[in-house]
Amino acid sequence: METYTLTVNGQPKQVTADPGTPLLWVLREDLKMTGTKYGCGIASCGACTVHLAGVATRSCVVPVSLVGDRPILTIEGVGQDSVGRAVQAAWVSEDVVQCGYCQSGQIMSAVALLKSTPKPTDTNIEESMGGNICRCGTYVRIRRAIKTAAQELK
Amino acid sequence: MSTTANTADQLSLSRRSFLRVSATAAGGLLVSLYFDLPLVAQEAGQPKPKAYPPDAFVHIKPDGTIVIQVNRLEFGQGVQTSLPMILADEMDADWLHVVAELAPAADVYRDPLFGIQMVGGSGSIAHSFQQYRELGAKARALLVAAAAEQWKVPPSQCRTEASVVYGPGGRSAHYAQLANAAAHMPVPETVPLKNASDFRLIGKKTRRLDSRPKCDGSLKFGLDLDLPGMKVALVAHPPVFGGSPKSVDDKAARSVPGVADIFQIPTSAKGTAVAVVADKFWTAKQARDRLRIDWDLSSVERADSSQLWAKYKQLAGTPGGVAVARGDEKALDGIVAGNLIVAEFEFPYLAHSPMEPLNTTIRFDGDRAEAWAGSQFQTIDQMAIAQVLGLKPEQITFHTEMAGGGFGRRAVPDSHVQREAAAIARHFTGTPVKLVWTREDDVQGGYYRPMHAHRVEIGIGADGMPSAWRHVVVGQSLLMGTPFEAFAVKNGVDETAVEGIVDTHYDIPNLHVSVHHPTVNVPVLWWRSVGHTHTAFVMETLIDELATRARIDPIAYRRKLLKPDARKLRGALDLMEEKSAPWRAQLPKAHAVGVSCHESFDTGVACAAEVSVENKRPRIHRVTVAVDPGVAVNPLTIESQFQAGVCFGVSQLMAKGAITLKDGHVEQSNFDTYTPPYISDAPVAVDVHIVPSTEKPSGCGEPPVPVISPAVVNALSHLTGKRYRTLPLVTV
Amino acid sequence: MVRSRTAMLRLFSVVVVASAAWSTALSSAAGQDTPRKSMPAPAVRDAGLAAWQQVYSVLTHPRCINCHTATNYPQQGDDRHRHLFNVVRGPQDKGVPGLNCATCHQGANAESTGVPGAHNWHLAPVSMRWQDINDQILSSAAVCKSLTDRSKNHNLAGPALLKHHEEEPLVLWAFQPGSRQDGAARSPLPLSHEEFVTATRTWVEAGTPCPLNP
Repeated sequence: METYTLTVNGQPKQVTADPGTPLLWVLREDLKMTGTKYGCGIASCGACTVHLAGVATRSCVVPVSLVGDRPILTIEGVGQDSVGRAVQAAWVSEDVVQCGYCQSGQIMSAVALLKSTPKPTDTNIEESMGGNICRCGTYVRIRRAIKTAAQELK
Repeated sequence: MSTTANTADQLSLSRRSFLRVSATAAGGLLVSLYFDLPLVAQEAGQPKPKAYPPDAFVHIKPDGTIVIQVNRLEFGQGVQTSLPMILADEMDADWLHVVAELAPAADVYRDPLFGIQMVGGSGSIAHSFQQYRELGAKARALLVAAAAEQWKVPPSQCRTEASVVYGPGGRSAHYAQLANAAAHMPVPETVPLKNASDFRLIGKKTRRLDSRPKCDGSLKFGLDLDLPGMKVALVAHPPVFGGSPKSVDDKAARSVPGVADIFQIPTSAKGTAVAVVADKFWTAKQARDRLRIDWDLSSVERADSSQLWAKYKQLAGTPGGVAVARGDEKALDGIVAGNLIVAEFEFPYLAHSPMEPLNTTIRFDGDRAEAWAGSQFQTIDQMAIAQVLGLKPEQITFHTEMAGGGFGRRAVPDSHVQREAAAIARHFTGTPVKLVWTREDDVQGGYYRPMHAHRVEIGIGADGMPSAWRHVVVGQSLLMGTPFEAFAVKNGVDETAVEGIVDTHYDIPNLHVSVHHPTVNVPVLWWRSVGHTHTAFVMETLIDELATRARIDPIAYRRKLLKPDARKLRGALDLMEEKSAPWRAQLPKAHAVGVSCHESFDTGVACAAEVSVENKRPRIHRVTVAVDPGVAVNPLTIESQFQAGVCFGVSQLMAKGAITLKDGHVEQSNFDTYTPPYISDAPVAVDVHIVPSTEKPSGCGEPPVPVISPAVVNALSHLTGKRYRTLPLVTV
Repeated sequence: MVRSRTAMLRLFSVVVVASAAWSTALSSAAGQDTPRKSMPAPAVRDAGLAAWQQVYSVLTHPRCINCHTATNYPQQGDDRHRHLFNVVRGPQDKGVPGLNCATCHQGANAESTGVPGAHNWHLAPVSMRWQDINDQILSSAAVCKSLTDRSKNHNLAGPALLKHHEEEPLVLWAFQPGSRQDGAARSPLPLSHEEFVTATRTWVEAGTPCPLNP
């Protein structure tokens, strides 16, 4: 067991965990932040996506010991800035969600896309969102919501 | 629309229900429902449960909030919005102050037609439409009666809108102000329902109530549950269904800090598994990975896909139990080879793989227990837990948790996940234990859409239409051995294996369908749209092949072959043709269109897909869907269900879209080997068009699924000249 | 065929390592600054070519070639399958926003989850591809030609290439690839890092000779 000081959504958090514990489970079980989801545990579905120092990261495969001092942004905090807010608002206005379980990860990936690519093309969207599974299959509306958010941010 | 017709139809419920109203201590109103007979599944004479929960459907709070209980699981299909819309419309409740809650397991929340509390058969709206309308109308009547009495005016002089009763002379009162008085009004036996023209919510595109909390991480799914002192359990299942440990070396596992206990529990297919209980998920996983189990697999059948195919193909060549025998059985005999199609199809096992891995939390308190699960079968799961714990169902408080998808996987007749959870919770009296199935557990854990082989012989008449059709289906029965057997298994034929064929709306004069149901040591389960997953594929690809042979446009061919009374399919086909005409007329080079139409769950659907081949895979550029679902309660939900549901249907076409077994072992384990569609596999655009209707609502959760895979491969056939009869589609 | 080719390379490696050791020993004995100077030019070139062949055996191991692709995506595993979940190359060979290499690959191997990692995980540029668009490994001559073409290789001269092989974190990682999630160690490369650096040095000191086109 090791003690780590993590910066989550701007707040310092101290956790004591086995160094191999994936960040996902530290967030969900130690910090009780359950917005970040477990879907596959092998980085194949993207439900666990958070931002580590601005980079969309699959928290299910990153041991807490490798996080270091990089700030962590989760779905609970993504609405703190204008891009995150716009994406969440577009998700609601386009009625994207169905079961909603994957959408934390979808939103985190979409925010990463829009932060670096304010006017994404269809190809940009398909590539950046290419590793996030929505089992309900809401992809058509995800595409639309990303464009709506991009429009809002203009 | 005729509301009386609906009433008559829906009042054929087996049991009468009554309203009960009561005031809350805080001055609110509870509108509750109870039945004159207990649950079918419960023996008469058993004490009626229900001290808990409050069996209210509607709760008007003093602050004006109106809480509506949803008697279903919400797992994406949108009933948590649509059912409250129905009730709120008749009640004239202010939609902005409506809050929806998922009801716990209780008799009053059972499906009015199926008699158990469940989501299945795409029946949530279809079966509860009338129920929720009446509840809303009666609640409204009580509030109006309260206002009328207060104002000393006849109720007929009052009108309602947005939670306010308006009376003569400019008088008005908010529902919240009337709630207490309404609780003392006599409940009317019957109430008039609105005319369709007076609907304020029904038929209006209405955004989901659960979007925001699903977009900011605040919504709690079953897996997110956190209770004081809670432990997490993982289970090491036998590598072959029904296996048991010969010996377990758990020394290394127990040395993982945080492990509470390790013990054996019964699991599905009469097997024995090893449960690991720890303080946290990762601890439990570390420990489970360190278990050394020597499995005894000597006495269990080891299913093997390639051997099963050989057996199934052989069976498909022989007649099975008769599902339908219409017309001349010998009609095929005289047909020359040139007018004969003989086609064999293969469909693999499919896993549902809902995004939220399966889980159930139970706290066993000795003489009672509390359970939390995203369940499509609340009352069945409640009973299973009670059985394992040696309690009565009413001693189990069962909370319906929001679920991350399901597609049938959370409607399990044997409640195997809940049984495991209960068997584990028994060891920890007073401590809640959350059982989690990892993704690997789910992919390898059985309860798949069964493998099927079809063999079809079609004789083609002089007009290019099928004159004789002999069809043999081979696949495990979903229902035999379950409580549902009595409903849908007749003469050894499980109706779910042949739905979509025996009830085809195509006019085939000589139709003979028979079935073999082999017994295989692989647990099977309904997968969104059940039998239609494979029957629609067979029917709609063969119809397309017939149209191609007859050199008739595939839409025109279908229209010609459909029976005159196939109204829903005809309407859907016409609308699809009209809406897709502009893009079908301007297909880019190397793109092709494929069409299909299929009715399931009383909903007619027609589909056109624009497809090309990219990297040896189908690229689905566009899909136009037309649907006749009767009254469209929430057109936005229907649009979403169809847009996303066709994507779910694409699962069948994925290159890694099969569960296979080798020597009893499932060969796939996670999304790397069993891969649902990603965004690039899904249709880029889906436009959905609803046929206007005044008929009662029919299902919309499952009907999107059957149409897409035949439409896509029909397009591929036009591009490549090949026929695709084996799924998954490994290569084009 | 693949197996026999690998076997041949291995055999070849043994011979070359032996000869390299011999030449090192010889040169030390002679006390020369640059050992190859003591050898006749054709022999130096031959030793260099033999060393190159060793280097080539490493460069075209699946571990290296998986990220030295000609495709728009990386590959994975000893079977060189397309990288899962639609990872693409991206404009800077680091994936795309939302799905970067660093979305999973951290600065070090993640032993508990089996994801390999090293500083600045990325694909080699397309100019440094060691396979063609159909996943066929390029010939020794073709790889050598690309690698030594300073218009394609970030302008690296021989010593810089040696340094790359000695110090680049991704090269070092390839020799310490860690274990998969199931705990099984990843397959070893044909050479140890030390042997690889030695072979590279021999090749560089021989003037980075390349085999003639086959």
